[in-house]
Amino acid sequence: MPELKFDKTKCAECKAISCLVKCQYIDFKDKDKAKIEWQKVINGEDSSVLEACTTCYACEEYCPFGNHPFYMIVERQEEKGILPAPRPIVTMWINQCEPVGRFMVGKIEEKALSYCFLPQLNALVGGKLFENIAHSSFFGQEFFCNVVYLHYAKMSIIKDRLPKVIENIAKLGMKEVICLHDECYGAFTSLAPAYGIEVPFKPIHYYEFLYNRLKELKDEIKPLNVKAAYQRNCSARLSTQMDHFVDDIFGLIGVERVQREYDHENGLCCAEIIRMAKGPAMANDLQKKNIDDMVKFGAKYCVFNCPACYDSLAEKVVKAGMDPIHMIDLCRLALGEERGQKLPLEGMPALQVAMEGK
Amino acid sequence: MHKYVSQIHRCFRCGYCKFPTDYSSFNCPSYRRFRFDSYSTGGRLWLIYAWLKGEIEWSEHFAEILYACTTCKNCTEQCPMKFAPDIVDWIIEARSDMVEKGKIPPRVSRFFEAVYGYGNPLKLLRSDRSAWSNGTKIYAPGDEYLLYVGCLGSYDENAQKMAKSLVHVLETTGVSFGILGNDEECCGNEIYLLGEMGLFQHLVEKNSQKFKELGVRKIVTLSPHAYNTMKNNYPAFGGSFELYHYTQLLNDLIEKNQIKLPQARIAVKVTYHDPCFLGRYNNIYDEPRQILQSIPGIKLVEMERNRKDAFCCGGGSGNFITDLLAGSADSPARVRIREAYETGAETLAVACPSCLTMLTDAVKAEDLDDKLAVKDVSQILKESLSAT
Amino acid sequence: MSDVYNALQKIVGKDYVSNQAEERYFYGRDPGLMPPHEPDYVVMPKTTEEVQEIIKLANREKVPITPKGGGLALTGLVIPLKGGIVMDLKRMDSILEVNEKAGYAVIEAGVTQGALKSYLQKHHPRLRHSMPDSPPIATIVANAVIHGQGRLSQQRGFNSDMVSGLEVVLGTGEICRIGSCALSSRWFSKGPPLPDLSGLFLGWFGGTGVITKLGMKLYPCKKIRDAMLFLTDKADLVPEVIRKLAYTEMIEDIVVTAQPLPPRFKGNFYILLYITGDSEEEIEFKKKMAWEALRVYFESKDGGFVSVTPDMKPSFLAMPSKDTTRFADVSKGGGFEYSGPIAPIDKYQLYLEKLEELASKYKLFYSSAARVIDGGHSMMFSFSYTFNRANPDEMKRAKTALDEAAKFALKEDGVIWKPNIDEQRMVMEKMNPTTLKVMGSIKQLLDPNGIMNPGNWEVK
Repeated sequence: MPELKFDKTKCAECKAISCLVKCQYIDFKDKDKAKIEWQKVINGEDSSVLEACTTCYACEEYCPFGNHPFYMIVERQEEKGILPAPRPIVTMWINQCEPVGRFMVGKIEEKALSYCFLPQLNALVGGKLFENIAHSSFFGQEFFCNVVYLHYAKMSIIKDRLPKVIENIAKLGMKEVICLHDECYGAFTSLAPAYGIEVPFKPIHYYEFLYNRLKELKDEIKPLNVKAAYQRNCSARLSTQMDHFVDDIFGLIGVERVQREYDHENGLCCAEIIRMAKGPAMANDLQKKNIDDMVKFGAKYCVFNCPACYDSLAEKVVKAGMDPIHMIDLCRLALGEERGQKLPLEGMPALQVAMEGK
Repeated sequence: MHKYVSQIHRCFRCGYCKFPTDYSSFNCPSYRRFRFDSYSTGGRLWLIYAWLKGEIEWSEHFAEILYACTTCKNCTEQCPMKFAPDIVDWIIEARSDMVEKGKIPPRVSRFFEAVYGYGNPLKLLRSDRSAWSNGTKIYAPGDEYLLYVGCLGSYDENAQKMAKSLVHVLETTGVSFGILGNDEECCGNEIYLLGEMGLFQHLVEKNSQKFKELGVRKIVTLSPHAYNTMKNNYPAFGGSFELYHYTQLLNDLIEKNQIKLPQARIAVKVTYHDPCFLGRYNNIYDEPRQILQSIPGIKLVEMERNRKDAFCCGGGSGNFITDLLAGSADSPARVRIREAYETGAETLAVACPSCLTMLTDAVKAEDLDDKLAVKDVSQILKESLSAT
Repeated sequence: MSDVYNALQKIVGKDYVSNQAEERYFYGRDPGLMPPHEPDYVVMPKTTEEVQEIIKLANREKVPITPKGGGLALTGLVIPLKGGIVMDLKRMDSILEVNEKAGYAVIEAGVTQGALKSYLQKHHPRLRHSMPDSPPIATIVANAVIHGQGRLSQQRGFNSDMVSGLEVVLGTGEICRIGSCALSSRWFSKGPPLPDLSGLFLGWFGGTGVITKLGMKLYPCKKIRDAMLFLTDKADLVPEVIRKLAYTEMIEDIVVTAQPLPPRFKGNFYILLYITGDSEEEIEFKKKMAWEALRVYFESKDGGFVSVTPDMKPSFLAMPSKDTTRFADVSKGGGFEYSGPIAPIDKYQLYLEKLEELASKYKLFYSSAARVIDGGHSMMFSFSYTFNRANPDEMKRAKTALDEAAKFALKEDGVIWKPNIDEQRMVMEKMNPTTLKVMGSIKQLLDPNGIMNPGNWEVK
């Protein structure tokens, strides 16, 4: 069973206690109190942090040592039987992503696209960006990155399934895996190494793929000349080294990233997990703050990295007068193509009624 | 062994197949006509299964039920089950088993004999096939398009008007095309749907051979029936060509300004009937509408049942000849005429010679022929060009 | 017998009678598991007068009559157990009146669920009826006749409770009106304040008369309809969850689903609740009330609301639900049947355990949907089993499981809904003898010749 590579001495030396002090949800202005509380966590004692944690992943980013404070929290939650979300919801997640022997594998070449277990990505993959690689892809529970179990204090599920998933992917024979889902990239570059799990292929973030592909198609880009808010999702915290690609891509396609309060390190998660874990009041409040912030800085688009964030926020984004769009679709627009993902209005009854003017 | 034998038991006879998307009326032409549940798709599938199991024996009534299906694919569109895309194939397979056993209604066997002997189901002479054409250019190697006219366009009085209008419009554009003249043979769409696979293969081979010898690459068809079979069925039998329906070509020419639309407006309300073999079979809904909407003065109004919910005229699967759905105010073409009339339109536009002939007869039966004109899209376009 | 055929032809016209093998085959069975029995004739009348003439003819010739709508009860209620005439009422398809102010529609016997829904959406969008999840070909009248339930049953009771009047052709061929329409042209009540005679016809499966027209109450159709999904893994909590939700008086429909597959269902109870409103404010407020009602389970981690993604929601909101019909093809076999006893909601766990026990015993794939009726006064708990129509052994096992389920439910305070003839016998055996005697007298009075759907509700 893989074990977390956690260095207690780093926390002992740490003066910033950024993991708790910077936390957007737990109030730890007093560094001394934070240090004491954190020691409780790493020593396996009871701590209010374990119950209060919203599983936003941010402390992974905040820790100046890369010592994986969030993974430590998840380990401790599980040890103590603390459930961040209601038990039946955890059960549902554990069951729905269990491999069942039904998966799809295309014609795998040296590089392959990973759809993880997200069918929503299917609508996005198309057009010139993917014309040379769309056929080389795979999808299914067998290839699911399992990162979501961090939200449910089930590190044991990750430890059990992730090695098998990596093996399943490696068996397909490609050298490079283009992760269409940001979480997959985090699984291979942050989570797996944190547990000493070897990844025998090269993970490529789809941002990097898009950027390189856009450079190849430079002559066909018609700059969009538009302002956009970037919705920085939870798992972006696991791969901050990819953040610059957002600006790089925007630079190529003529999009201005509005400099708003809830971006970069201060980004707010989409709050859908928080809705299930902490209740609708907190989730609605966070979403309102987030969207008001986008509107305040004049964004026309709200650009998503993650399909789950899209599902969570798209309706509210539209109601606020903005256009929700996945990064891939934004790039397709810049190439003069139509977006692949249409707004699922039928699944947004209140918005549908408002737009149909009933 | 055909696939239907091991699959057809999966029909739950839930009845979704009887309806359009909004459940407002009955959208299965044979069910609408006869109203016995046995004439709906579910009824048909249950009876085929019963026949396979030996629970019922073949009878003329059974055959009539089987062949009254116009294969319009409304059931395919509406069935909620995973096997929905296969339903019409099952019916065709069952028909082909019956053809092999020689168990077909007399009208259907006459249809086959006529196509085999005369190259068309109307049993008219091959030497008269291009009598309508009045010197239209015969296809020569190097021409861009083969214009495939089809049996109705060649022989049926109404559909000949369609062929003539289309030729006239195309000739104004300078597009290079030609017809096969008397050498043209039935495309085989109905033959396939009626289950005579041997004759179908014979037709595909004969036609493909002819096209290849002439170096044909692009085919534009008058009829969606020919478009459908040449695009979707011919390749499996060795005949692969680039297919267009004439509305696609005309729309393209209008967009490229190769058809100069008149300034003068003919103010007329038009409603458009989606042919099954263009719409549900091949997802072509926009081009005919775009043509109509580009003609100044035309106001396009939609019938309640349009696009994938269009109600079949009742002519498919050879019924424009075998006429198994005729003889009642509930005959699909008459129902459709009443629906078109209700829109307040003065013209009902069609894009298929089978629809044209079925609906032209129906408008007379409904006593509406002085109130509702039935014309195909190329006729409407030609008239607008002539009005300049 | 050919005299009957000729006589029927004279009544409805030759196009609308059949004595052909194909019609007799199809109309002699339904998609469920009851054994088939073919009629001698299938007839499709267009008017009440034609129905009258057919029934008079049947009385003269002592020929049984079985009325049929969509034939989707699945318990063989449209199978002509003693042959004779099957009367397919679907040609009587006129929506005669929609009275917006009084909130009712008057329809003929053959009007389908789909047709009424579509008509109201188009012409009276502020009104709706209680739509069941059976396929849209199911008729309004037949659904009321079997005491069906629909989307408004949590709020209003059985769909038959929402009937507001009847026109019936009796077993003698006479026409009578039941309810306020017996006194005026208004169809606002099926009985009160007079003796409620609607009970002589609703629930009898045509055994006391053929309903040719029906008044159906219509209710507010709000602009927005949304769905929430609550999960719990404890069956014993389900009744209380239902009670708490119903208590808010803000929920349209509550359906509890349990099934072993797909994997996300395993081990949990999916409680779907529907919220309607004319504004976002109304919707959000009702959602908040629903959430608050179940807060205690959230806090104990025993239950929680799952976000329904925009891709999933349309299938939850579809009316009727196509997923219900799709259950028939789970084993690629084209069949399912369910026993859906009406029972007190506190029986949920007990029934669920029986459902699973029977599925395991008879090696069947199962599902259960429990629909809450009338604020939790009862529920319809379905023991649903799929079967492959090409596998006679599986069909037999499914039938046996359903028989056992019905017996069990009856023993455990349930009342069998739309019982097949075997289940009718079970019910009559358990019934209070005097009650049974009254039923027998009614049947004898209204069907003296025993020709109206004979075999059903035959009191010994």
